[in-house]
Amino acid sequence: MILKKFWGGFSSFLTTAIIAVFLLGTSVAMANDDSHTTDSHTEHAEKKGFDAGAMIFNHVLDAHSWHVMDIGEHAISVPLPIIIYDQNGSGFHFFMSSRFEHGHAAYDGYKLLDNKIVRESYTEHEVATAEGEHAEVAVEEPGILDFSITKNVVALFVSSFIIFFLFVSVAKTYKRRKGQAPSGVQNFLEPIILFIRDDIAKDSIGHKYEKYMPYLLTIFFFILINNLMGLVPILPGGANLTGNISVTLVLAMFTFVITTFSANKNYWVHIINMPGVPWWLKFPLPLMPLVEIMGVFTKPFVLMVRLFANITAGHIVILGFMSMIFIFGEISPVAGYGVSVVSVAFSLFLSILEILVAFIQAYVFTLLSALYFGMAMEEEH
Amino acid sequence: MDLIMPGVGLIFWMTLVFSLLLILLKKFAWKPIMDSLREREQDISSSLAMAKQTKAEMKQLQADNEKLLQLAREERDVILNEAKTTKDQIISEAKDKAQAEADRIVESARVNIENEKRAALTEIKTQVAELSIEIAEKVLKAELSNKTEQNKLVEKQLENLNFN
Repeated sequence: MILKKFWGGFSSFLTTAIIAVFLLGTSVAMANDDSHTTDSHTEHAEKKGFDAGAMIFNHVLDAHSWHVMDIGEHAISVPLPIIIYDQNGSGFHFFMSSRFEHGHAAYDGYKLLDNKIVRESYTEHEVATAEGEHAEVAVEEPGILDFSITKNVVALFVSSFIIFFLFVSVAKTYKRRKGQAPSGVQNFLEPIILFIRDDIAKDSIGHKYEKYMPYLLTIFFFILINNLMGLVPILPGGANLTGNISVTLVLAMFTFVITTFSANKNYWVHIINMPGVPWWLKFPLPLMPLVEIMGVFTKPFVLMVRLFANITAGHIVILGFMSMIFIFGEISPVAGYGVSVVSVAFSLFLSILEILVAFIQAYVFTLLSALYFGMAMEEEH
Repeated sequence: MDLIMPGVGLIFWMTLVFSLLLILLKKFAWKPIMDSLREREQDISSSLAMAKQTKAEMKQLQADNEKLLQLAREERDVILNEAKTTKDQIISEAKDKAQAEADRIVESARVNIENEKRAALTEIKTQVAELSIEIAEKVLKAELSNKTEQNKLVEKQLENLNFN
């Protein structure tokens, strides 16, 4: 429980700090995004300066094509399939993202606007004013559901295949070497599996832990492997999957659904009519029940934000250090080379820190999920 | 604001892929892994329990052996003691018997010696008597060889008789 409180406190601090960073960052990014779209035709004509915010957000956000690198003015990227469902009656549309020519062309009546697929005629912009800067950003067009196989979806497929084949092969090793000491990959994974079983599931859930083991093991390794793959800068790594709010939302939803379905009578009684609390906190104003019901939803919400914020923040900080090389390089090449030494050292240090964070975040998400399951099944005492 | 806005597409794909991954891993990976882990643990714990039990049994066996040895030792001591007493008894009996035999032999020897002595004495006496008679005969013969001497003797004898 102490650990949990510690983590709760620590991560909420982290979350606040990171959100503050985001708000600062997004305003810069918005401004940059704007310049991207409006000046898209003049972009090639005039020599554009290095845009750290745009570069960072390009890497951190999802995309319809997998950008590998730029050579001169030519971008090398892997086109990905676009799947959209238009609610105006035309239904599904399938085509490759290369048709958009990186947002410069329209296809099939659709175009790419700020990385969002909209109808060709659509120009709606949201005016966002932050920190005294005026910025415009495209808003999603209602009526178009984007089911595209984006960069993150590809990363999701790849990592899921890796996880599946890794553990199926490990399971085969277990069957083949029945009753023998572990060997190979099994040797590395067994302590982790045992740790999840003994120190997370058994301690937090109690004697009914076995039912939850598949889920806890799956989320742990899913988060861990995706965290680590996110740190690998080249294909198929580098997609910020666990730092994407949609992904963490789904993971948190799974925990929420499992918690809700495994809840016993005692759990609901504690929410609606908390025992041992003065009556005037429940009647006539149901203060405690309201707080408790809010708690039911804040728990998965916090899970979602914590993982998303930690991983995204790590990516942003590392990319920030890398950007410094180019920012200084624009001032003078000597400064760029000078700063590069410091930047590389810091990026290396942060990458190592991020490996640690990858493990910690996977552990925390799994531990808290297990704790929530345990709480939902707690018997009356 | 794209960063914190969940997208419907990714949510759809994530839910689909993650559910599939969960189901497939549960069936093909976690179940065999957890089963083998449990099996191995049970194996180890049962082996340990058996080792403990065997150890206790060994201890018991050892104690039993010790007890048996103790008993054997005691029995041996008893047997030895018995043998010793028997030996002593036999020796003392033999001694007594020998003593008695010796006594008897000595006694019989004494009796024999006595008898022999008596016989010898009797013989000596007879011989002495015979010799005495012979001597007396010879003496008388000599004494009575002449008349005077015979008379003298008769007179002497008669003197000695006195006829009182």
